[in-house]
Amino acid sequence: MPTNPLTPLVFVTGKGGTGKSTVAAALGLAAARQGRRTLIAETHDRTDVLAILGARRGAVHEEQRVGDHLHHVSIDSDAVLSEYLTDQLPGPIAAVVRRSRAFGTLAAATPGLRELLTIGKIWEMAQPERRLPGGEPYDLVIVDAPATGHGMAMLSAPQTFAQAARGGPIMRQADMIHETIADPAQTTILAVARAEELPVSETIELAASVPEAFPQQQLQRVLVNRVVPKHFTTAELDVLRAAEPAVGAPIHAALSQADRRAGQQRQMSRLRRALGPGTPLRTLPELPTIGDDDLLALAKAALR
Amino acid sequence: MSVIERLGRTEICLVVGAGGVGKTTTSAALATLLAQRGERVALVTIDPAKRLAQALGIETLGGEPQRVGLPGDVPGELWAMMLDSQATFDGLVTSLTSDEETRQAILGNPIYARLSSAVAGSQEFTAVAKLYELHRSRRFDVIVLDTPPSRNALDFLDAPDHLTAFVEGRGLTSIIAPSGPIARIAGRGSGLVFGTLGRLTGSDLLVDIQTFLHAFGVVLDGFRDRAAAVSRLLADPATSFVIVTTAERDPAAEAMHFAERLADSDLQVRALIINQVTPYAENPAAVDVGALASALGGDAALAANVVRAVEETRASGRREQDEIASLLDGTGVREPIIVPRLAGDLHDVAGVMALSDWLGADDAARAARLAAAAV
Repeated sequence: MPTNPLTPLVFVTGKGGTGKSTVAAALGLAAARQGRRTLIAETHDRTDVLAILGARRGAVHEEQRVGDHLHHVSIDSDAVLSEYLTDQLPGPIAAVVRRSRAFGTLAAATPGLRELLTIGKIWEMAQPERRLPGGEPYDLVIVDAPATGHGMAMLSAPQTFAQAARGGPIMRQADMIHETIADPAQTTILAVARAEELPVSETIELAASVPEAFPQQQLQRVLVNRVVPKHFTTAELDVLRAAEPAVGAPIHAALSQADRRAGQQRQMSRLRRALGPGTPLRTLPELPTIGDDDLLALAKAALR
Repeated sequence: MSVIERLGRTEICLVVGAGGVGKTTTSAALATLLAQRGERVALVTIDPAKRLAQALGIETLGGEPQRVGLPGDVPGELWAMMLDSQATFDGLVTSLTSDEETRQAILGNPIYARLSSAVAGSQEFTAVAKLYELHRSRRFDVIVLDTPPSRNALDFLDAPDHLTAFVEGRGLTSIIAPSGPIARIAGRGSGLVFGTLGRLTGSDLLVDIQTFLHAFGVVLDGFRDRAAAVSRLLADPATSFVIVTTAERDPAAEAMHFAERLADSDLQVRALIINQVTPYAENPAAVDVGALASALGGDAALAANVVRAVEETRASGRREQDEIASLLDGTGVREPIIVPRLAGDLHDVAGVMALSDWLGADDAARAARLAAAAV
């Protein structure tokens, strides 16, 4: 990655529970501290990032300021659909259509429409010129994306939709969105993982599926979260094992921690082998607390 | 009380929890314990970790349970299968349609795959549909279901309502049969709606949707009956729910969400299993660094690092205890089953056996082992 590793649009994905939201919050906070006008977007109505930043909730579905240069939105696809109709249709017609149950049913059944609306909104927010009346452009949009499988479904939605629809204005817009995501100069895809069996397997699958969907793209880096620090050499571990029966709990705790670390290192080797040299790994420490300084340190480790 | 005693007599055991908490391994351990009790057990899992699937001999999706060999002399039998969600749903449609033409109109429609997941909650619904089918077959004494690792894992509880709402929704009725009084009231503006959606999305898509909804209307009654039967089965006293989590924030929040969801449906949680807990002592004896150093051959630096490791362990332990306290508060469970990180690996047979040994022990034995390791 270049010296400024973050393109205007960044997707943070990875298996659920790995700490995606914490990483998204950390990257957003760090960018804002550098003076970049930054938006962190959550999807599917989630507000985890807000909680991590300790920001008050307010109108979460609208772009709101949560700190200096830092903004947040939680995207709700119903609200986006309504916004889209207002944008595309004459006022009275949009109102009738919005209220129609049949429209809701059909919209729900249309393959990929909800994911498309979500990613479409993200795309709109990342544009240098906003379509939304009164919308100010951002320097950086960081998306706390859905977990691996759903995250890829969202990223691929424009293409999926364009293939299914075979015409109409949504298809043309979908093509435009797809091109933005497919371009590594505009879009960065990051994965957060844990050094455990399932998250590593999912990350390996994700790394393979990114270039399948977007031939120019790749997983830019993988951030391995909550890695246990190394305290003991192999020789020291032998000394500890010998002393464990006499000393008991403290050494048992030290050895269990070392065991956990060894397991994590095995998983990291497996990940490193599968990813190859093109996708660097960065390890992130376990955060004892989540304050601004902790988040900034995390972002530094993620981007070094 | 061991976990098995907590479960009591059960024909169906649903294991719910967030992804990555060892849910499949825990399900396998519970199934093993039941087999050791002499039952013929079917373990139904969804998307297990590859190595665990290999260990259980269920690497490929299959419609049928496979026998799993267990170490030692086990009076019962363990069978396992990995659920093929789409095949189960297709099978359901096939069994509910009477003629080949309707069947093909549904299964061959491009909207079908999408709608089968949107309407039925896909994995959530099909998992339970399979459960119902296996239970009815009477081939097993107990079925252990490892539910999908999603927040929506309990959506199947609403499946009957979802389906009914979908079938009877006026929106759908007006699309399938745009005539009669309903069409006059609810269908007002539907021409406009069709025109709009057609214009925005491309009209072929709309034709696909209409064709599909026509054909699907035929099987909806069958779906509704099935969903209602599944609901009754879940509410049966022979059905038990087990929640699995770790003492971390996200999975614990999910566990509380599940507990609430079950309580809303008047379903009782028989056991709360908390995996990968750090053994923690509220007031441990302070580590005597001097004594520790001499036990380590006078290596003061090594002793200092042990103290550091103990402090880090205690910091994690402290956080976990707070999480456990809010878990118990949020779920109303008084006696959770605490499982430390066990020797071995969660994703192989040894890991399953280690966990089933732990779960099979009674409360006092487990507490003593935890206390011995606590710092």
